[in-house]
Amino acid sequence: MSIIWKFGNDVDTDQIVPGRYAPYMRPNEDVGKAAFIEAHPEFNKLAEPGDIIVAGENFGCGSSREYAVLALKRRQIGAIIAKSFARIFYRNAINLGLILIEAPQVVDELSDHDLCTLDLDENRLEVGNHIHRLPEISPFAREIVSAGGLVAYIQTNSRLPGE
Amino acid sequence: MGQTLTEKIFSNSLGRVVQAGEIVVVQPDVVMSHDSLTPGIIDVLQQDFGRNTVKFPNQLVFSFDHVAPASTVGTAENQNKVRAFAQRNNIRLFEVGRGICHQVLVEEGIAQPGFIVLGADSHSTSYGAVGAFGSGMGSTDVAAIWATGKTWLRVPETVRVLITSRFQPGVGPKDLALKIGRELTISGATYQTIEYHGLDWMPLHGRQTLCSMAVELGAKAGIVPPSGEIRRRFTVPEWLFVDEDAEYVRTLEINLDDLQPQIAIPHAVDHVVDLSTVAGMKFHQIFLGTCTNGRYEDMREAASILEGKQISDQVRMIVTPASSQELLKATQDGTLATLITAGATITTPGCGACMGRHQGTLAKNDVCLSTGNRNFKGRMGDPTSSIYLVSPAVAAASALYGVVTDPTSL
Repeated sequence: MSIIWKFGNDVDTDQIVPGRYAPYMRPNEDVGKAAFIEAHPEFNKLAEPGDIIVAGENFGCGSSREYAVLALKRRQIGAIIAKSFARIFYRNAINLGLILIEAPQVVDELSDHDLCTLDLDENRLEVGNHIHRLPEISPFAREIVSAGGLVAYIQTNSRLPGE
Repeated sequence: MGQTLTEKIFSNSLGRVVQAGEIVVVQPDVVMSHDSLTPGIIDVLQQDFGRNTVKFPNQLVFSFDHVAPASTVGTAENQNKVRAFAQRNNIRLFEVGRGICHQVLVEEGIAQPGFIVLGADSHSTSYGAVGAFGSGMGSTDVAAIWATGKTWLRVPETVRVLITSRFQPGVGPKDLALKIGRELTISGATYQTIEYHGLDWMPLHGRQTLCSMAVELGAKAGIVPPSGEIRRRFTVPEWLFVDEDAEYVRTLEINLDDLQPQIAIPHAVDHVVDLSTVAGMKFHQIFLGTCTNGRYEDMREAASILEGKQISDQVRMIVTPASSQELLKATQDGTLATLITAGATITTPGCGACMGRHQGTLAKNDVCLSTGNRNFKGRMGDPTSSIYLVSPAVAAASALYGVVTDPTSL
């Protein structure tokens, strides 16, 4: 079972990892330890591998800092389910193989600290005895994520996605 | 049917007609990265791609602006790593103090009208000021371009912002940028380009202010059709003009006759209100700088308000020029002397305090009036500090009294 960590709209990259915690500033520290360090200290301390982030509109807005995705990846977040994602964050997540699911209908039905089981093969999220259907991830994104991210995709296929 | 500027730029790059919505693979004209992320991009290239060289060295440009000069041994070591990589691969590098990447690439003529300029920095939308398609990406995307010379992009739809009339005294491009944010909201242009029409009269610096903030509304790019000063300073390709029958997903009209000074209140860029709403509010620090408002004209505007006066002893004012050229211009006509005499301090050109790493980091409960582009919680320092985004004129007028002050009331 995983825990749902619920966030609001417009979660920006400064909240996910403040610029002061960038790998450039702290080269010898695991950026995963900085995930939501100031904006959500409880998440920072307690989030476990497989946990799910649920959020409103425009998750990941702001900076191009890929280490915001990397920090959540290092914490082994199972997926982020949001009403919508900011553009650069979305690309960064696909590139690093972090699962993002745009599911505007489902978000309002989920609560903070709900226990859940995510089944990505069947596109469903089980919370208690309720099963939420999740939209399919776009084939283009799924291809990159399934390959293990952008680098692995290019190495395996000897071409860019879309080429 | 006509094309948007974005569709024209991608069509030119690919040598065939492309339309919004298509996913294309392009070879960008320029790929920029700065000191904050280049060390990590080198790691992706070397460790993940297993390569030591880049496909097209001429495509790349490095700039040192985020923490420059270095503030710690770690940042210093990282900068040396980038210097060595640049030298080995014959890549252009702009050293500490030269300025903010987005300003330097325009000054050096590296960003050109009609180009596709991609950067490992979200404010790469700035290049739209010269009529380029500028967009930000993350480290792995940029590393992939270093390795292959190319990247995939979805050709975005376009939102048109149609501006009429001219600014009232004391009102400027930053107020317009904030007003557009107020109308479109923080995610109102996600995955889209914003084209700003009706601004043939607007000088380059104002276009840079607008385009730098396109990303704050979620936009992939922001472009002002190249005209006026851009046509005098750059070579504009003959195909790069606005088609009357181009298709836009939306048109937002703004009449500058009605525009008053604006202010973005914590903690989101679209929490914008008329300045009068918070006039009289106390604050502690002024930060005049960034890729949005750190140019000579911004310093000049502040100096014209501070001329012969002293800033309040209740506040501190930090001025960070966007580049060495802008700093030099400000030294030549007394602008800098006026700012220093009034009590401001001047830092090395670069990004400065914008992301809270140095040169003006905020303490607990500090309140900062910033001419920058982001007021996210904790961005400039402690999470209990707060940032209000304003124009250079509002910053200077407020500096005089130590409370938020409308420059039109002086």
